[in-house]
Amino acid sequence: MAETTPEQKNFLGVPVVKPRVAFFELSSCEGCQLQIINNEATLLDFLSLVQVVNFREAMTEKSDEYAIAFVEGSITRKNEIEKLLEIRRNAKILVALGSCACFGGVNQLKNRFDPAWVKREVYGYSPVDTEKAQPLEDFVKVDLNIYGCPVKKEEVEKIVTNLVIGKDIRYPRYPVCMECKANENVCLFDVGEPCLGPITRAGCDSWCPNNKAGCWGCRGPADAANMEEMKKIMDEKGFAEEIMIDRLECFGGFKEYVDKLRKGQAP
Amino acid sequence: MKLNCNIDVHHLTRVEGHGNIKIRIQDGKLVEARWEVVETPRFFEAFLVGKKWDNAPWICGRICGICSIGHTLASIRAVENAFGIVTTEQTRKLRLLLKHMETLQSHILHLYFLAAPDFLNSGSVFPFIESSPEVVVRAAILKLLANDVCDCIGGRRMHPTRTVVGGFTMLPAKKQLSEFGGRLKAACDDLSKTAELFRSFAIPDFSRETEFVSLKGEGDYPFIGGDLISTDGIQKKEYEYKQMTNEYIVEQSTSKWSRLSRKSFAVGALARMNNNFASLHPKALETAISFGLKPVNHNPYMNNIAQLIECIHVVAEASDIINDLLDSEFSEPRQAVTARAGVGVGAVEVPRGILYHCYEFDDTGHIVKCDCVIPTSQNHANIQHDLEELAAQCSRQGKTDRDIELLAQMLVRAYDPCISCSVH
Repeated sequence: MAETTPEQKNFLGVPVVKPRVAFFELSSCEGCQLQIINNEATLLDFLSLVQVVNFREAMTEKSDEYAIAFVEGSITRKNEIEKLLEIRRNAKILVALGSCACFGGVNQLKNRFDPAWVKREVYGYSPVDTEKAQPLEDFVKVDLNIYGCPVKKEEVEKIVTNLVIGKDIRYPRYPVCMECKANENVCLFDVGEPCLGPITRAGCDSWCPNNKAGCWGCRGPADAANMEEMKKIMDEKGFAEEIMIDRLECFGGFKEYVDKLRKGQAP
Repeated sequence: MKLNCNIDVHHLTRVEGHGNIKIRIQDGKLVEARWEVVETPRFFEAFLVGKKWDNAPWICGRICGICSIGHTLASIRAVENAFGIVTTEQTRKLRLLLKHMETLQSHILHLYFLAAPDFLNSGSVFPFIESSPEVVVRAAILKLLANDVCDCIGGRRMHPTRTVVGGFTMLPAKKQLSEFGGRLKAACDDLSKTAELFRSFAIPDFSRETEFVSLKGEGDYPFIGGDLISTDGIQKKEYEYKQMTNEYIVEQSTSKWSRLSRKSFAVGALARMNNNFASLHPKALETAISFGLKPVNHNPYMNNIAQLIECIHVVAEASDIINDLLDSEFSEPRQAVTARAGVGVGAVEVPRGILYHCYEFDDTGHIVKCDCVIPTSQNHANIQHDLEELAAQCSRQGKTDRDIELLAQMLVRAYDPCISCSVH
């Protein structure tokens, strides 16, 4: 499943084997895949680490023999389940790439509505095949999640490098707020902006708050995220519950807590 | 005369999203030539309903990974038009600069990574990393410049963070802006070399009379807002967009189709150029003429060249905008927003053609109705009719199956379709 080349790379004197990697997309904007070719400065180095055998957006050749599969997008149709199961059978490591694959992403916002109304609103009475939007892990074992909408390319490259050289992959356990503080940003709450930085998993280097845009929680909850405290901050700063729900439910990472809030069961 | 041929391309590669090409010729007669879109719909227009106005640009940018900036700007414009917000000159300039760099990024991606391999007899750009590294590096440098400017203005090259209703969350540092001057100058040379590369390609000789739709410039080459125009002489206001798009549902596609004066029309770089040729930057105009491109050009494969010409245009104009911005005193980045009931339309020329977002709001600023009409969905019917004509022509000329398949794929790729976008 892997290939060595004459100009083989080394890591600490151990030869690195170039794994065969494949990229697939389900219901998505294909932006996370694009993030990978969007990294012009390091793209060629990155490509020297792996052997891309399947990447429909960039190449015509394709192969079903691959060790690592990156799957972008959520499941919204039955044929996507079949495709995902096939990828699972072929791949040694299946990576959920981006928030749609990890949590359902923005697509899962349609799950708020009656499916019949959703279809009618867009397609009238013409038949169209669509199901509830769900993350990959509802159907197959996912070996690795890469969070974010979009994924942060530096993080993808780090994770892939670690996969290739066999190093452990660790996610930050702390929230975006920590990175934001380390970046010495002015707290957005102090300038009147709502932000989910205190509860969202770090790893994006506080991408949005660095640009004076409050966090919308695209990476899902940090370990031991304190939802009650978050709610208290939002209340104290005068942000309506709707504002908190809009952000929490946008990418699907906080589904359980949103359900509680909507049912009025959250403290 | 070609007697029999059976082509079935399942999930065309090097395009964004999922589409199939089917061509069947039997006993010298064209039985079928079909462009099918099988992408899964995501229902943005439904799930936006009930959301407050500030959600719209944030969520709608995510319709597309390639033209997220264009979607965000169209969404913002629709909200601003609904609420009667008139933006500052500074905001307009920054948005145009951002838009220009998305156009450059997207066109370069298409020209080098998606379209060029066909002309060079390759399945992808990857073999050229070894064989012609200077070409791949040139493409990478141009894309990197475009993306770096987008990071600087929009906060992020994909799904931008700083772009909001009323302006920007924050402004770029002038020092950072000034540093792009040299790189934009270098980009002019790189685009000249790109023009030389494309001059060496044999653009297929195929034409079919087509109606072209785009924004209408007022002395400028248009990108953000304004009147709508077609080469068949139709002219409408931005808020009358539905009379230009006339969307309808077809069985062979999960994307809707459009029509205007004829059974189909085209949008995109070639359409913009056909409608606004004289407003191109002189440098771009010069190159267009050197390629023999003049309005109205009816060869869809020339959309590749039109994209190249637009790259030259946006790079030249970006330099001018940056100089203007550096010469001006920066004012507050963001205007206050007061929501009100109403309908707003935002029309923006994104890389693949004219894009419309339209929202209806209640008096608390919540979305009651949402409609997005995507360039690629406007192009699907035209691709279908081009494909029929191309297949019939190839059959008459007795072309090989391999040649027909390649020409058909190149035809679809020339439109640079963004299929997941079209099935949003």
